[in-house]
Order: sequence, then C-alpha cells, then structure tokens
Amino acid sequence: MTSIFGKIALSLQTFKNHRLRSFLTTLGIIIGVTTVIAILSLIEGLNRTVSEQVQALGSDLIYVQKFTWISTGHRDLDKLAERPDLLPEDAEAIGKLASIEIAVPTASRQLTTLKHRDKEVSNVSIVGSDENYSYVNNYLVESGRDFTRDDITHRRSSGIIGSYIAANLFPDESPVGKDLMVEGHRVRVIGVFKEKGQFLGNSLDDFILIPNTVFEKFFPRSRASIFDRVYGGYSVAVKPKSSNMETAVDDIRELMRRRHGLGFDREDDFELNTQQMLMDLYQNITRVGFIAIVAIAAISLVVGGIGIMNIMLVSVAERTREIGIRKAVGASNQYILSQFLIESIILALIGGIIGIVLGMLLAALISTISPLKAAVAFWMILLGFGFSAAVGIFFGIYPARRAAGLNPIEALRYE
Amino acid sequence: MTMVKNKPICRAIDITKTYWRGKVSVEALRGVSLEIRNNDYVSIMGASGSGKSTLIHILSCLDTPTSGEYYLEDKLVSNYTDQELARIRNTFFGFVFQSFSLLPRLTGIDNVALPLIYAGIRKQDRAARAREILEKIGLGDRASHRPNEMSGGECQRVAIGRALINNPRVIFADEPTGNLDSKTGAEIMEIFDQLVDEGNTIVMVTHDPNVAAHAKKKIKLRDGLIEND
Repeated sequence: MTSIFGKIALSLQTFKNHRLRSFLTTLGIIIGVTTVIAILSLIEGLNRTVSEQVQALGSDLIYVQKFTWISTGHRDLDKLAERPDLLPEDAEAIGKLASIEIAVPTASRQLTTLKHRDKEVSNVSIVGSDENYSYVNNYLVESGRDFTRDDITHRRSSGIIGSYIAANLFPDESPVGKDLMVEGHRVRVIGVFKEKGQFLGNSLDDFILIPNTVFEKFFPRSRASIFDRVYGGYSVAVKPKSSNMETAVDDIRELMRRRHGLGFDREDDFELNTQQMLMDLYQNITRVGFIAIVAIAAISLVVGGIGIMNIMLVSVAERTREIGIRKAVGASNQYILSQFLIESIILALIGGIIGIVLGMLLAALISTISPLKAAVAFWMILLGFGFSAAVGIFFGIYPARRAAGLNPIEALRYE
Repeated sequence: MTMVKNKPICRAIDITKTYWRGKVSVEALRGVSLEIRNNDYVSIMGASGSGKSTLIHILSCLDTPTSGEYYLEDKLVSNYTDQELARIRNTFFGFVFQSFSLLPRLTGIDNVALPLIYAGIRKQDRAARAREILEKIGLGDRASHRPNEMSGGECQRVAIGRALINNPRVIFADEPTGNLDSKTGAEIMEIFDQLVDEGNTIVMVTHDPNVAAHAKKKIKLRDGLIEND
C-alpha cells in the first residue's frame, strides 16, 4: 500500500527535523540492544569454544569414581570416605564388558614440582595409568614412544611428559632418554605428548604420565586425611565401544554393584561421571547469565521505551494543530493512530539497528583485545529487531491513541 | 451538474450544543433548524458568542450536536462511525478556515493535495489534480512555495483549493476574510461568487455585513437561536 510508505516518509521527515532529539530518545534502546547483542554473542562464543573443547577432549568417556563431579547439595565426605577404593582390577573387569572398548585405571597427584638438573617446573601433576591412557584420552606421543604392557608390569621407572613440561625443562634439547626428579624419585623420559591446548582454561599439557604400578610404589595410598580417603586412589576412565553411552553406563553400574556385592536395596557406592555432565553444568551456569542479560535488557528497554513514549507525547502536543488540520480535511482516527505508531516503531527500530551494529562492533572489539571469542548469531539480530519493534509498539500506542482521539475543533484552536 | 433542487443536502432539526466549562454549562446552540440545498449561498451572521462557529462546525461534521437530528442526504449523521465521518469531511465537505490552517512544512501544492492522501489517491494523480485546482483559483505560479513565503490572500487561495480538491457537495467557510485586508477579502469573495455561479454550494460564517451581502440566503444567530426578521 502506498499509504504506509507515505507514513514512513513522513516519520523520517519528522526525525530529520529533530535530529538531536530523536537520537537522544533512542539512546536507551541503543544501550539496551548493544548490551544484549554484545553479551549474547560473548556467551554464544564461549558456548562454541567449550563444546569444541569438549569434543576435542573426547566427550564419550565415563569416569568411575567415589565422588560425583556435580553435587546438588551438601557433600557428605564421611560417607564417601567409607566407599571402597576403585582398583586396577575393576578397570580390567570393566574393559571386558561387551559394550566397553577400553578402561584404564588412573591415579593422580596435583601441584607437584619436577626437576631436571638446575631447572624445575612447578604446579604440574603426575598421572599414574597404563599403556592405554594415551589412546583413551586422545593423546599422541610426538617423540619417543608410548608405554607397553611390559613397562607397566615390570614397573619401569619411566614417564611420558606433556609439551608444557618438555618446553620448560628441556628448552634446547630432546627430553627423550633424560632423567627427571619426581618428588625425590628418578624417572626416565621415554616420550613427549603432542600439545593439546586447554580445557575450560586449564592446560592439558602440564603433567607427566608414569606407569600406575610405579605410581603406587612412589606414592603409597594414604588414608591420613578424609580428602585422601575420598579423592585419593584410582578412578577408572572408560571408553565405550559405540557412542551408546546409556548401555555402557548401565553395564558398568551393574558390574560394579556385583563386584561390590551390593544387594538390590542398597545404593551405589560409586559414581559414574561423564564430560556431558560438565557440559550440562556449564550450560546451567550460562543460562543464569542469560537470564541476567534478559533482566538487564528488559530494564534498559523499558527505560528506552519510556523515553520514546515521552518524546512521542511531546510530538503529539507540538503537532496538535497539525493533527486538527489533518482530521478536518479527512484523516480518520485510525490514520492518525497508525501515523504516530509507525513513527514510534521506526524511532525504536532505528535505535535497535544502531544497537545491533554497536553490539556487534563491541563483541568484535572484545574478541580482539581479550581471549574471549564472540560469535554473533542470526537469531540475536532478529531478537534485537523484535525487541525494539515491540518497545516501539508498546510505548507508542498510548501517545498514538492520544493523537487519534483529539477533538478536531479543539486541536485546530491549539496554538 | 444537474441536481434535484428541492431536496436538501443538509437538514438540521432542533440542534442544540451545550459546552461544559468545569461545572458551568454554556448553551452555544439552543435549537437550530435549517436546510442547505444544492447551489445555496448561505451566510451565517451573529455577534461573538452567538453560536455561529459552533453551528458551522456541527454542519461540517467537525463537531457533534448535544441533541437534535442532523441529516446528510436523509442519513442521520449520529449513526456514522468516526471512520465514516472522516470520509464525509474528506470528500463530501470542504472547509475554509479564518486562519487558513495550512501545514507549514508543506508547499502550496502539497497542502492542496492533502485531502487526496486520505481519499487514497496515488501520488502522481494528487499533484496533477492539485495543480489544476490552483490554476483555476489563480495561484499556479506560487504553488511550490510554503505558507510562510505567501501572502494572506495566497494562503487563503491555497486553503480554498484544498477545500475544492475533492469536488465537495458543500464548502464551509468560517470567517474566510477575517484575517485579510479588505482588498484581498474582496478578491476571495469574488472567488466564492464565481464558485456559486459554477454550481457549488457555500455556507459561510461572518460578522462582516459586506461579506454576508454576497450570500443569497442570510441566517442571523442570537444567543444560540436563529433570529427571524
């Protein structure tokens, strides 16, 4: 219809006549939409990074442990401490299940220091596992060699180091064949893992892998503290055969209950943790952030909307005579209503478009100057449009009705 | 144009209008009945406060009566919706105001064409028709100027052009010469006379006997009632 273009043209003309006023009016919406687009694209970027990392990590692993990664309330450590330790024999039994490809027993020791001659590297960890660890955890041995079964059974004091440790202790030489001091024990480096990067901000290359048999010898199972009793000892990392996690989880649960002699009326005394649980937790956390954004957006859009309503009321008052003239020569109430409504919608949409552009620029800026990666999705742009149009309609309807309801005679007398 | 001469276009029966100013009521019209027929040339005179402006506003459907019946070609106006009343103001009537009431941001030609927007006429046709009307009332060369660049007489010609653009059945004028000097006023009245000669119907409000003298039918209002002489 030609009349809608006429109304739009008239609206744009009005804004042109009041440039500064129109800009200030849309400021609230600009700020609101900018904030929403910038933060949403940062959350989206974070989501993508995390899911990429989880995939790189191999999200199909199941960890059999005494404790759950995600507790929904108070953790009763005393009760957890009473649970039986998980053992390499458990890993072996799980590995024989039809639905399971491989299971590896894994023990670890955090925040330790490794030394080579006069160099040392601290805040790294020691992992004790077997020859299948690298396969299960997607590590590649870049130089030297991986463990063999013999290394495990013969308790060879050998280790494979992450790239971070290699870079710090052996900056100018090949680490393979060199000896390290691991908390007073001598360990020979037989291989170096290829760099794997970070997961949720933690380096995946700052550990040394030694045979679990050696680990047991170096660091006898301590039961001194409740933390040792709960978090010490082995966990079992399980790689299921197919991607059918549910069958694998059921099989492992059934096997472990049998091995621990649990009757049907007793609860599990172990936990099955998956990386998917971390993903879920992460998504729950970002959902909270998301709700916070929606709240911020709502507030700023309401403020912006009130600004628009205010300026539209001023505009109606200023143009009372004009409205009177238009009505006198045949403009219907409906025509006047839609004219003012279109004006407020366009005003809000202009703010929305500026906000979308600024939000995208802000997100790009944050991406360049910080490690956070922003990703703008098409739905965010639609959301920005939708929100500002809704604000324009909601806060424009009252001034527009007021304009439409003016008595032509009184409006014509208005000076 | 041939019209059924004896059938009234507008028929007002016992029209009253009461304004409320706070708790005080003002009876602007107290029972006015009149008819307007095709090619009538009517003047409504009366002192300030006699209700003449109120009457012309009600007759032109800019305002509604408090009581009484007002028919347009035998249809009761109080039955019309806002939308239909807007349509009547747009195409059935034309209105010329004392203070011209032009839109200051529009050129003369756009002011003349304004009612055509609400009649749903396309933009190209609007300009052509407006130009034609302006030629007719002797303002062709000033059409692209804005009201603040025009003299009072020119503004009133634009306003007359705007009133004529949809070929209205009745042209209402509220003190059309009130803001003009006597010479320019006389020119405007010449245009009115010519329009009536061409078959148009004009109803005008004035307090100036010289203006009223142009009309063929004269109505005098006093205190909201028609004064019979």
